[in-house]
Amino acid sequence: MAQLYEAESADVVVIGAGHAGCEAALASARLGLETIIFTINLDSIGMMPCNPNIGGSSKGHLVREVDALGGEMGKNIDKTYIQSRMLNMGKGPAVYSLRAQADKNRYHTEMKKTLENTDHLHIRQGEVVDILTDEDNRVTGVVTESDALYRCRAVVICTGTYLKSRCLYGSTVIQSGPNGLRNSTHLSECLKRLGVKLMRYKTGTPARIDKRTVDFSKMQEQKGDEKLVPFSFENRPEDIEREQVSCYLTYTNKQTHDIIRANLDRSPLYSGVIEGTGPRYCPSIEDKVVRFADKERHQIFIEPEGEDTNELYVSGMSSSLPEDVQQAMYRTLPGLENCRIMRTAYAIEYDCINANQLKLSLEFKNIAGLFSAGQSNGTSGYEEAAAQGIIGGINAAMYCLGRQPLIIDRSEGYIGVLIDDIITKESREPYRMMTSRAEYRLLLRQDNADLRLTEKGHEIGLISDERYESFLRKKADIRSEIKRVGKVNIAPSEEVNRLLVSLGTAPIETGAKLCELIRRPELSYDLLSPIDTERPALSDEVREQVNIQIKYEGYIKRQLAQVEQFKKLEQRRIPEDIDYGKVSGLRIEARQKLAAVRPVSIGQASRISGVSPADVNMLLVHIER
Amino acid sequence: MLKVNLDDTIAALSTPAGSGGIGIVRISGPDAVEVADRLFVPAKGKPLGERKSHTVSYGKIVYDGRVCDEVLVSIMRAPNTYTREDIAEINCHGGIRSVTAVLEAVLKSGARLAEPGEFTKRAFLNGRIDLTQAEAVADIISAKTDKSREAALKRLDGSLCVKIRALREKILLMLANIEAAIDYPEHDDETMTYESVANGSRELMSELDRLIAGADTGRIYKEGIKTVILGKPNVGKSSLLNAAVDEERAIVTDIPGTTRDVLEELININGIPLRLTDTAGIRDTDNPIEKIGVEKSRSLADEADLVLLMLDGSRPLDDEDRKLINLSENKNRIVIINKSDLAQCIDISEITALTGSDPIAVSVKQDSGIELIYERIRSMFLGGSIAADDEVLISSERNKNSLYKAKQFLYNVIETVDNRMPEDLISIDLTQAYEALGEITGETLDEDIIDKIFSEFCLGK
Repeated sequence: MAQLYEAESADVVVIGAGHAGCEAALASARLGLETIIFTINLDSIGMMPCNPNIGGSSKGHLVREVDALGGEMGKNIDKTYIQSRMLNMGKGPAVYSLRAQADKNRYHTEMKKTLENTDHLHIRQGEVVDILTDEDNRVTGVVTESDALYRCRAVVICTGTYLKSRCLYGSTVIQSGPNGLRNSTHLSECLKRLGVKLMRYKTGTPARIDKRTVDFSKMQEQKGDEKLVPFSFENRPEDIEREQVSCYLTYTNKQTHDIIRANLDRSPLYSGVIEGTGPRYCPSIEDKVVRFADKERHQIFIEPEGEDTNELYVSGMSSSLPEDVQQAMYRTLPGLENCRIMRTAYAIEYDCINANQLKLSLEFKNIAGLFSAGQSNGTSGYEEAAAQGIIGGINAAMYCLGRQPLIIDRSEGYIGVLIDDIITKESREPYRMMTSRAEYRLLLRQDNADLRLTEKGHEIGLISDERYESFLRKKADIRSEIKRVGKVNIAPSEEVNRLLVSLGTAPIETGAKLCELIRRPELSYDLLSPIDTERPALSDEVREQVNIQIKYEGYIKRQLAQVEQFKKLEQRRIPEDIDYGKVSGLRIEARQKLAAVRPVSIGQASRISGVSPADVNMLLVHIER
Repeated sequence: MLKVNLDDTIAALSTPAGSGGIGIVRISGPDAVEVADRLFVPAKGKPLGERKSHTVSYGKIVYDGRVCDEVLVSIMRAPNTYTREDIAEINCHGGIRSVTAVLEAVLKSGARLAEPGEFTKRAFLNGRIDLTQAEAVADIISAKTDKSREAALKRLDGSLCVKIRALREKILLMLANIEAAIDYPEHDDETMTYESVANGSRELMSELDRLIAGADTGRIYKEGIKTVILGKPNVGKSSLLNAAVDEERAIVTDIPGTTRDVLEELININGIPLRLTDTAGIRDTDNPIEKIGVEKSRSLADEADLVLLMLDGSRPLDDEDRKLINLSENKNRIVIINKSDLAQCIDISEITALTGSDPIAVSVKQDSGIELIYERIRSMFLGGSIAADDEVLISSERNKNSLYKAKQFLYNVIETVDNRMPEDLISIDLTQAYEALGEITGETLDEDIIDKIFSEFCLGK
C-alpha cells in the first residue's frame, strides 16, 4: 500500500451521494457535525438513474415521513416536480399515495445546490477504497483512491448499486455503475475484510426513447391533479403551483410477448449470466411475460424525464434483452411503432450488504461507528434509500454526540417498518416498501406523517422551533375542532334534509349528531359545512385531519388496540447476552437465525423468518425462567 | 412468576394404576438412563448407559439388595423421544405391587414424581408438539367421557390446526387481493370486488359457526351437562333417575383424582353425557323439598346447566311448585309433568304461561314419554344433531373465544362492505380475523400465552 497522506478530519463521513447519502449528509451536517460526503462523480449527486418519479404507493408515505423528520427529499421534489397526483383515492385514507414526476436534471441540480449551501457539509469527488477501524472495532477514518486519509468518528455507507456493479443486456457486459458511471471496485473487499457479509442483487431499468418519435394520439393521456398536495409539510399548495406535463398509458400485446419469448435464450437473466437476485415486485418485462404467461397485455406508462429533454421513460418495461430485440419489442406498442431508443435498457448487478448485520439504528452490530443506509442495504427505490439515509445520518450524529439513537418502531412509521424488516427478516431480493408490509397502516397515513414524527424531528434537532410551533398550532386546531364537532347537533330542517338528499343520503327525522353524519359513507366534514353554521375557518390540512379522525374513528380505535398488543411484545426485551445455545427446544434453524439477528425484543424475534411461534414460546419460557 | 424446570429427571407410572398386571414406569430427563442404570441389573451384557438408543434390554430391577421385578427396559435418547429428552421405560411384569415398588425405587434413585401432564408439558416446552396438541393432551388427561377423549385425540393429530389453517389461508387470499389492488394502484386490472369479499366472509362465518357449535358440543362432551332434577317429594324424581340409569350405556367414573373432593357420576344417555352432581341428595327420597329448603334448591339450580323440573299431573299446581318454577326461571329448563297415567288435574296452559315452554307429559312408571325428555335435552344442547365423527370438537374456552372473536371481525368486514367504506378498511377487519384464528394454532403470538398454557396444564386443580 502506498504512503497515505493526512487529508482532513471530520466527525462523519458519508460514502455516496445518492438519495440515501444526501439525506444522511444533510442530517449529520444540520445537526452541527463536520461532515464530508464522497461521491465518485459530483454530477451524480441526487441522480435518479431509473424511474423519473418520487412517491407512489407507500413510497409517498416514506417521503412525507422523511420530511416530518427534517429531511430534504420532499422539499426537493416539490421544487422540481413536473406532475403531481394523489393515487388510490378510492381505496381509503391509509393508502392515499402521493406521487410526483420529477424533472430529473433539476432534481439533481437542486439537491446539489442544497448540499453545497449547507454549513458543516463538504462535498468531495473521489472513491473511498478503505474504511479504517481501531483494535476495539471502532471506525477511525476512510481512505480514498488517491491515498488520502480522512480521519472521522463515524461512517455512513450509502453506495447504492455501485459496489462491483456491472450492467448487462444481451451478451453485452459493461463493468460500470448505473448510467455508465464508474463503479466502486475496492470497497467490497474492504467490507469483507471487516467481516461484513455481502450479497449479490440485481435490478434493471427500461429504455429511454425520443419524444419526437412517439405518437401520443394512440395512447391514453394521464394528467396531473388540479388540487395539489405538496410532499413537504412546510409547503402550501399555492407555493408550488406550476404548469404540469402529462404521462401516457399504452399496453403490450401478443406480438410484444412473442418477440420476448422467441429471444429469452438471449437474455443474460435466463442464460445464467446474471447471478444476482432481482426484485419480484418490479420485474423486467421478460419476467412478467414468463411468470404471468396467461396475461394478454401489460400496462406500460410513458413518462417524461424532464422539461428540457426529449427523453421518455418506458415504465413497466425494464429489460436485459439484446439491443436489437429491445428495438423490435418496444416498437410493437401502440404509439411506439417508430420510436427511437436513446438509452438502452439494462440490468445491473451489484454487491449489497446483508442488513441482518445491522442494529435498528443502522449501525453495524460489530463495528462501532459504521452505519449503512440505502440500496446497498438490499432495498430498492429512491424513497426507501432516503428513509434509511436520514436515519443513518441522524444516528451517526447521535453516535458522535453520545446521544441515544433514533429508532422508529413499526407502529410509528413506514420508516420503522422498513428498517425493522430489512434488519430482521431474511432478504432474498431487493426490498420494496409496500403498504401491505405495514400492520398499522390506518395510523401510518401519508397525511398525518407530521403528526407522527415532527415531535421526534424537533427533539433530534432537525425541525426548527418555528416549524415546530406551527405544527403545535395545527395539532391544537385539530383537537379543538374535533371536540367542537362532537358537541354539534343538527336539527332536522328543510335546509338540512335538502342538502342530505342532494348528497345522496337519507334525510334525518330527529336531531342527529354532526359527527354521526360525517361518518355516513356519502358525506364528509367539508360537504356538511353549509349546515354547520358555527364552523371556524381552518386550513385544508386541519379539515382533512378532522374529517379522517372522525370518519374512521372506529377503525382507528381498533388499530390502536392492535398497536397496544404489539407494544407489549416489543417491550419484552431479550437480554443482550443471551446464549441461544442454552435455550431448550429451539429448532436448529431458529437457533441460528436468532444468534445471527440477535433481536432486541420478543416482538422482533417473532418477525425473523425461520423462527416459528413455537420457537418464540420457547424463548419466552427461557427468559421467564 | 413462571416456574419451569427442565433440568431434573421425572418419573411416573405411565399406565393406568391397577389396570391389569403390566405396568410401565417412564423416566424422562437428563439423568433418565443413569437413574435406570442404578437399579437395572442386565441378564447379560453392558449397562444401559453403554447401549444404543431405542433398544430394549432384559434384566432385573434391584433396589437396596432386593429384587423388585423382572423387567424389560427400553432406552430412548433425545431428541427422538416423546419429551425430546432421554427416556427410560421400565416394563414391569409382576402386577401392581411390583410396579409400585419399581416406581418407588426409581424415585429414591434420583428422579422425582412427575406432575399430572408433565411429560406432555415437557414435550411442548421442548418443541415436540404444538400448542393445540398440548391442549389436546391436557384434555385427554382430564376427559370425562369417551367422546371427549376421542375428540381430544383427534386434535392431538393436529386436525384442528389443519382446519384452522385452511380458514386462515382463505382469509389470507382475500387480503392478498386487496393488498395487490392497493400496492399497484397504477394497474387498474388488479381488482377485487366488494361482493366477493362479503361472500367470502359469509362463507367463513358459517364455517366458524360450525366450529363454534362444535365448541359447545366439545364442552358438553368434556364436562357433561350438569343436571338437577327439582320437584316436590313423591313427584317421581327418583323413578326418573332410575329410569335414566337403566338407559345408561356407559358410566365413566371420575378419573382417579388426587385432589378432587366431590365424586361425580356421569350418565351417558343416547350419547348425551348428563352429569348428575350431588346425586346422593337427589336420590334420597326421604329428603323432601321442605327439608332441603328453597335456598338449597335455588343453589342447586344456579349451579346446574340444566334443570329438570318435575310436576305431578295428578294434582293441581300449588305454591311449592310455583316457587320451584320461579327459582329456576333463568335456567335451561325442561318442565316434566309426571303421572300422565293418572287422571290429570294440572292446568297445562297455566304452566305454559308461567314457564314459557311446553311441558312434557310422561309416565315414568309406565315408561312412556321419557324419550321425549332426552330428545328435548339433545335439541337444547346439541342443536338437534349429534356431532358427526369427523368433526373437530373444540373444548377449550380459550379456543372458543378466539372463534367468537374471528366471527365478530368477519361480521365487521361485512358491515364495512355494506357501508361501502374504502377497501383498505376491510383489510383491518380481515387481518384481525386472521390473527384471532392464529391464536388457536399458536401462530399469533400472545405474550401471555405461556401463562395460559400452564394454566391448561394445571390439572387436578
